[in-house]
Order: sequence, then structure tokens, then C-alpha cells
Amino acid sequence: MASKLTRANRAGWLMAFPGVALMTLFIIVPFFLAFAYSLTNQRLASPNAAEYVGFKNYSDLLGVAVFTLEPERDDSGAVIRDEDGEIEYPRLRGFTRNNPDYPNLAGKREWFSWQSGENRTVVLASDVVFMKALVNTFTFVLFVAPIQAGLALCLALLINQKLRGINIFRTIYFMPVVVSIVVVSLLWQFIYSPGEGLLNNVLGWLTFGAFEGIDWLGRTDTALPSIMAMSIWQGVGFHMVIWLAGLQNISPTLYEAGEIEGAGKWQTFRYITWPGLRNTAVLILIVITMQAFALFAQIDVMTQGGPLDSTQVLVFQAVERGYGKQDISGGSTISAILFVIVLTISLIQRYLTRER
Amino acid sequence: MKNLRHATALAAIACAGMAQAQTELSLWYHGAGSANAEEALVNQVVADFNASQSDWKVVLETFPQLAYNDAVGAAALADELPDILDVDGPVMPNWAWAGYMQPLGIDEAKLEGFLPGTIGRWNGEIYSVGLWDAAVAMMARRSVLEENGIRIPTLEEPWTREEFDGVLQTLKDTGEFDYPLDLGMAWKGEWYPYAFSPFLQSFGGDIVDRDGYQTAEGVLNGDAAIEFGEWWQGLFENDMAPGTSQDAADRETGFLEGKYALSWNGNWAALPVVEKFGDDALFLPAPDFGEGPVIGGASWQFGIAKTSEHPEGARAFIEFAIQPKYLSAFSDGTGLIPSTADAAADTANYNAGGALEVFYELSENQAKLRPVTPGYIVQAKVFEKALADIANGADVIDTLDAAVDEINEDIENNQGYGH
Amino acid sequence: MAAVKADNHGMRLASRYAVLILVAIIFVFPLLFMVMSSLKPSAQLLLDTKSLRAFLPVGDLSFQNYTDAFARAPIGVFVFNSVLVTGITVLLCLFVCSLAAFAFVFIDWGGKAVIFSVLLATLIIPYETIFIPLLLMVSQLPWIGADGFELGWLNTYRVQIAPFIADALSIFLFVQFFKDLPKELIEASRVEGASWWSIYRRVVMPLSGPVIATAAILKFLFMYNQYLWPLMVVQEEAIRPVMVGLGYFTDQLNVPWGEVMAYLTIITVPVLGFYLSLQRVFISSVASTGVKG
Repeated sequence: MASKLTRANRAGWLMAFPGVALMTLFIIVPFFLAFAYSLTNQRLASPNAAEYVGFKNYSDLLGVAVFTLEPERDDSGAVIRDEDGEIEYPRLRGFTRNNPDYPNLAGKREWFSWQSGENRTVVLASDVVFMKALVNTFTFVLFVAPIQAGLALCLALLINQKLRGINIFRTIYFMPVVVSIVVVSLLWQFIYSPGEGLLNNVLGWLTFGAFEGIDWLGRTDTALPSIMAMSIWQGVGFHMVIWLAGLQNISPTLYEAGEIEGAGKWQTFRYITWPGLRNTAVLILIVITMQAFALFAQIDVMTQGGPLDSTQVLVFQAVERGYGKQDISGGSTISAILFVIVLTISLIQRYLTRER
Repeated sequence: MKNLRHATALAAIACAGMAQAQTELSLWYHGAGSANAEEALVNQVVADFNASQSDWKVVLETFPQLAYNDAVGAAALADELPDILDVDGPVMPNWAWAGYMQPLGIDEAKLEGFLPGTIGRWNGEIYSVGLWDAAVAMMARRSVLEENGIRIPTLEEPWTREEFDGVLQTLKDTGEFDYPLDLGMAWKGEWYPYAFSPFLQSFGGDIVDRDGYQTAEGVLNGDAAIEFGEWWQGLFENDMAPGTSQDAADRETGFLEGKYALSWNGNWAALPVVEKFGDDALFLPAPDFGEGPVIGGASWQFGIAKTSEHPEGARAFIEFAIQPKYLSAFSDGTGLIPSTADAAADTANYNAGGALEVFYELSENQAKLRPVTPGYIVQAKVFEKALADIANGADVIDTLDAAVDEINEDIENNQGYGH
Repeated sequence: MAAVKADNHGMRLASRYAVLILVAIIFVFPLLFMVMSSLKPSAQLLLDTKSLRAFLPVGDLSFQNYTDAFARAPIGVFVFNSVLVTGITVLLCLFVCSLAAFAFVFIDWGGKAVIFSVLLATLIIPYETIFIPLLLMVSQLPWIGADGFELGWLNTYRVQIAPFIADALSIFLFVQFFKDLPKELIEASRVEGASWWSIYRRVVMPLSGPVIATAAILKFLFMYNQYLWPLMVVQEEAIRPVMVGLGYFTDQLNVPWGEVMAYLTIITVPVLGFYLSLQRVFISSVASTGVKG
């Protein structure tokens, strides 16, 4: 009965058509073009015709090798140590540059290394900047997605109270969202400014001067966290609103029933609110993950990937290569890799949050 | 500025009568919103040109500077370039090579006496010409140097490397300054290759081997370059200069406020220094790190798009624009260096005894073009990153090696860039 | 006894407000800094960032920055363009995306599962990464306008609008919302013989206030903050949007920070206004459902 009532091929196609057609033309077709570019050496500006190069762009980005460095030894075979007692190793450039004995290391650079006995094991990558961007992007997503979603839910619960003037607070909490991320980044550069910057000043004031100024965006260990904090600050209001819409969708009769049963606050949340937010939670998790992977403007305005690549991320690298360095194929390759990564993750997310 | 806009509008209305006969030429310019008189001056030149003859009518479109190159690239892809293009000197070879531009076709005799940095050549042809050049100098205060017994260098006898290092140490030891030297690390982008690659060149290295422009090996990572890199890193390790996280505001006002003793800055920033310090202000030549003192040359220039259907009209406009009176007017309005000595004599700041006269000499004697190759735009970015990384403590040799690899790979991917 | 209870209640209320205000401060301070700075001369503004004065209306205050900003760039034109492009896109998006979502949720039709998953997968394509192929494509697209047939969409309003009308996120938002609507409602209407169109228009959309507001705000923000795309496809100043206009201020060697702050404040006003006007939809939905905290 129901299926007969809802079956309508013509109406379904007609109603979906405008959206499907527009997305096909303006998103799907260009995406496949971009993927095609990643298999060529297409340039943004060049008199040379583009050629098919297969998966060369991919191997240029993803190539990795492991190499064990043995210490320098003197004639007697004893390990040479410097003044601090550290073992001395030959420089890697002796192996990676113009050395026909090690063709697999040619053009590669040290990514990271560790000590194993007297030897040092080095992991080399064809494109260290890309590898760092990959790691930083994952770090960003892993921290920002749960923290931002959690804080947004707290805020939503906070402003879902019946209090006089609550709408003013709702507006204020949402305000950062309406400000462009480019604008926000410009403003926060003043806040993160080293030495006598605003944040340093406030922290110094709160700790009665005990706090020592930090160069927030200039240190490799604070730059990415600083950008994370700012991104959460800017985006949390939006997800708060989505949570709020979800909260308001929960039938009040459920709460009334809970009250009659004598449920406590936590129980109400656990057994009424949270299950009612299922679809909202899935939505928020997906949206935040997508947005976090697309991190770009903050990096572009504030750090350009520095210092020492500590804030390099994938989309920034894709744009930097594609436009800045006129390397369309390289930029497109990063886009394609990003697509595969995010697709995998969203498939996992959907599997984990599937309706059982 | 507002009045000038009105004047332009009036001129446009006045021209409307003969507009029928005039063929429209589009002109793109990078200086939208420039606080100085630059935009107004371009408007003036356009209005004057349109009124001076009845064949052509130039229509100006201005762009914000950072967006300009991207806008041109996008337009070229879509085959929508204007007739007349404004182009940054070092970028020109890329645009010429990529087929965005055509040779100017202006009689070389008309460009006689122009500063070398104001003429853009690629493959033996002139593609662009500028109304001005820019120069960088070591800004200092006579009183500060004299108090500390520091010799004031001259064009003939610049500071040597040892002398310069000594100067920085002396100034640092006074304890009066946050840092002895301000390099302008806050200015990202083209400032790095423009202002700092001359140091590397003075050490004896370069961004790319100018003999054929096919490799950076041995030039950007040779002994001279490594020595430069170590010296460069030392500046920041020893707190001689603020690093990459320098506050943009400090860059603008630090030297004026006495936070820095020396400032490596361009002539466009010179007028406030003269205003603040008067005769105490000094504009010193670059130090000689071994291979002679060097500063960067070439600024924005005009050229003709390859796709222009009316190159003769575009040429007429450019010839009109490089008249001495406009060279002087631009210099007076913007503080930039006029392209010829004759025009300089007519300016407020570059005439004999003028406050900025020294910059003309710097530009004439020390200026070296950035590598004249289509690959420059990539090389500039690679160089910028390498310098930032080294300043932040990266291993000098590894960083330079990586830069060389990236530059060489790019040259290879572009089949040698047509050299 | 009663007094103690009232006291307790008062304390609880006060602590609730204290939390709300504390959080509010965290959210508002950079914007306060922006607005206050827009009233100060650049030199003072930069000096003030070294202390808490940055947040206070102190020193030499005037609207000079606003006057200067309007003299530097045709701000009115930029704001008009942005509002126009954004407004049209939002309206078309709401219609097209809700319609598609309606078809995906309520109607059974051949191929819908496949098409829906393909569309959903596009959710993860950052626009920045497809702009170049998109540019090449729109530069060759045909159009029939007042002057007849023409080729190429560059330098128009439509090139700023059309590519962004339909997107996966908006469709997804509507789909998630529609799923929670009671199916019986639709079936009942079908039994009564209502057409799909009238169910969409008379039954589903009137219930969709919150999701319309959410989708509209999201789209509005995305469109209003566009930068890279208009930069690539629009060459004429007369149709430039606000974020490209920001370059008129920040692309200077000596950035006029006072004017930058004034410009940022000006361009933030329309977005804030848009949000405030839509907030009523939330409020009314709160009122109608009477949800308790």
C-alpha cells in the first residue's frame, strides 16, 4: 500500500532534476576534469601541450623509503663522536644526491628518523612538505572535529534554557560565524601577535604578570594549536545552531513523560535528548569533518604553512601548487588524494553510525 | 584624489562626443585602492591620452595587487585578456613565454636613458617598459652611527661583510634597540626574493644558474650559497633581526620609533623617514658580501597582450605614458624612482640635492634584475620558503638542497622554459 | 523556608547568567576589537593592541576611517553586488535543494539510491580544487540573453550564482530534516489525492522553518564570503563582491589598519542583519513547539 502511494518515477525525476543537473554540470564534471589533469603534466600557463604521464604525479607525492645510516668510524673502526658525545653520521645528501649506488633515494629528503643502537634509521619521502601537510591535516581533523562538536552541544544546551534575554546570548554566540574566516584570521593575527600581543597581554594580566609572552604563530609547537583554537572559536556557533535545531525537534511530550517518571537531568539527556539527536549528530560529525579537511583560509592568511611546515595542510598545498606555482597537475593530484581520504573516512563514519 | 576622479569623469564626458570614432582599448592595472596617488595618476594619464587623439579610447580596470596575477592568469585561460597589461618586471618573462604578451614594438631609441630595471626583455625582444623603478637601501640615522663610531659607507666603499657584522654587534651591544636590524620579515611574498636574493648574489650564489637557466645546482646550494645561508641563520639565532613572525605594525613603525637601528627597506618607505629624522636620515648602499653590493631592480611595467586586436593603439598609449612629464608626476606622487635622469631632474625628491637622490644612484649602480626566466615565479616561491625555513632554524644545507631539487624539477617539467 | 528557597533560586539564576556572560565575552572580544579599532587612527590602533585599551573606546575617536574607506573603494557597489549575488543564490538554492531532497526522501523512483550516493560523495570536494576546470568550462558555456546568443559566462552575475545553487550539503540538510517528519502525513495527503507538488508546497515546506533557516544561513555565509572564484571570473569593478574589495585595503605596503577595520565592520553588517532576521524563525519554532531546557 505504502509503496504504491510513494512510487512515482516521473515526479521523482522531475523534482530531483534541477539539483542533480546543476551539480553534475558544476561539480561532478569539473571534478573528473581535475582527476584527468592529475594524470598529465598540465600547467596553468604554458606554451607546451600537456602530456599523459600516468601515475607519476602520485608517486612523486607518495614515494617513501627507509634507510639506515651507519655512524662515521675512524681508521680503527671506532665510532666518531662530536664534542657533546653525539654519534656523527655521514650527511644524507651524500646518498640522495647524484649517487648512482642508491637510485631509490634519489631526490628524497628526510621526513623523520629514530635511533636504533649505534645506527640511525631514517624515513625519507619524495615530498616531505606533502607528508607534513597530510599529517597536519589529520591532526587538525582529529582534534577539531570532536572538540568543536562537543563544545557546540554544550553551548546548544546552554542556550536552550528558558531565560530572559537568552536570545541576546544566542546571537552573540553565533556572531563569529557570520564573520568571514578571512576577516577572523586577520583579527586573530593581532590577538596572537608575539611579545606584547593581545592574548599575551590578557594572559599576563590574568596571572599578575607571571605569564611570559609566547610567539603563538611563530613557534612550531604552538602554531597549529593556535589555528585550531581560532577555527573552533569561529565555527562552533554554527554547529551550536544545528544542535539547537535538533534539540527543538525533540517532541516535548517525551520530556513531559520523563518528568512524570521522575528522571534526573543526566537521565533525561541520556535517554531522551541524546537519542533524539541521532540524525543531528550524524550531520554535525560529517559537516565538521568535511570543513576541517578543507582548512585553507586560516593558513593562507596567517602562516602560509610555516613555521617550518608546522601548519602545512592539504588544501593549502593544492591551491599553492595549482595557482601559485602554476602546477595544475600537482594541485589536482593532491585534490584527488584528499577526495579518496575523505571518501574513505565518510564511508567509515556512515558504517559506524548506520541505522541498526 | 577625489578631485582627480571627477576630472577623469569630466574628461570622459568631454570625450563622449567623439567616442563614436574611438576604438576602445582595455587596460588592466594592479593598484586598486592604493593610498598614494598612483591610481589617480593612472586615471590622469588615461584621460589625457583619450583627449589627445581621436582613434583610441583606453578604458581602465584596476585590481587589488595580490589578486592581480591570479586574475590575469584566469583571464588568459579564458581568452579574455585586455589590450594593455600592467606586469611586474620579474613576472614578465613568464607571461611572454606563456603567450599572454607580445613584443612592444617600440623603437628602442625612445627608451634611451631609461634605467636598466625599467625595461623588460625576453628572448632578445622588449616586452614591457616601466614608468619607474624601485630601490632598496639600508635606512639608518647619522647620529646613531656616529655615536657608536661606525663608518658611514658610500657607493664606492660599502660596508664589507666583516664590517657589517661588526656594525650589528656594536648596535646590539648598545642595548638601546629591540633589534639592531629590521629586514622586513613581516612582508611575505615577493619581498623575500626581491630584497634578500641580492644578499645571496653578493655572496656569490644565485637563485638559479643564469647561464641558460636550466639548473640551480651548485648555485643555490653551492659553497657561496651555504655560507650565505649560515650567515642568514645567524642573524636570527643571534637576535640581530626579528624573524618571520615580526609584527606587520613593527615593520611599518619600528624604525621610526627607534626600535630598530637599521632598516632594510624600499624607497617607497623613505619619505616618512625623511619627515621624521630630517637630515639625520641616511639611505645607505647594500653591504658588499664579497662579490660586490647588489640590490634588486625592476618594478611594475606596461606591456601589450598577445590577443590584443589593436596592438598599434596599445603601443600609442604606452608611448604616450612614458613621456618625461608623467615619469616625474608618478615619482612625485608615489615616491618611486623615475625611469630617466631627465625626468628625475624634474622631480621633487630625485633632483640634484633631493631627499631621495641617493636612490636613483643606487638603482643605477647596484640594481640587478631577478632571474630573467619564466620559471622565476616558481623559483621566487621556493626561495622565499627556503629563507623563511632557514630563518626558523632549519638545516641550511638540507633546505637549500630541497630548494634546488624543487626548482630543477619544475624546470624539467616545463621542458626548460624555452631558453 | 520560602525565603531560603527563593534565595537558592536567585543564586542559581545568577550563576546561570554568569556562565552565559563569561562565554559571551569569549565570543565577542575579537569583534569588539574590530569595531573599536575602526574608530581609531591607525597609529593609535596599533599601539592599543599592546594593551586592553584595544577593546575600549578610548583616545582619538572618529568616523574618519569610514570616510577614508569610502573614498578608497566603491564599497556601496561591492556590498550591493554581494547581497544581490548571495540573495539570489540562497533563494534558488533553497528551492532547488529542498525539491531534490523531497524527491529523495518521500518519493520512490528508479535510480534514486545511486544518484543520492553520488551527490553525497561530492560533499567532500573542496571547491578550491575544482575551480580551474570550472573556469575553463564556464568560459565556454552558451547563454541566450538580451543580445541573443553568446558564448562565455565571464564577467557576469550569473557566473557567480549558477555554480553554487545546488550543493550536497544543502540537499543533505533537507534530507536529514525531512526524514524526521512523520511519513503518515504524506501518505494521508496521497490518499486524499494531493499531487506531489502540492504536498511539497502545502505540507512539507510549511513545517520546514528551522531547516530552511539553517540552510539559508549556511549558504548565505558561503556565498557572501566567496573570494577566489569571483577573483577568477569577474574582471569589472562594477560587479565585484566584498571579499575581493578587501584587497583594496590589505594589498598595500603600508596597510591602513583603521580603514581595514572600518571596511570589515561595514561588510559584516549585512550578514549580521540577515542572521538576526532569520533568528525570528528559530524563535517562532521555539514558541510553537514549546521545548523546555
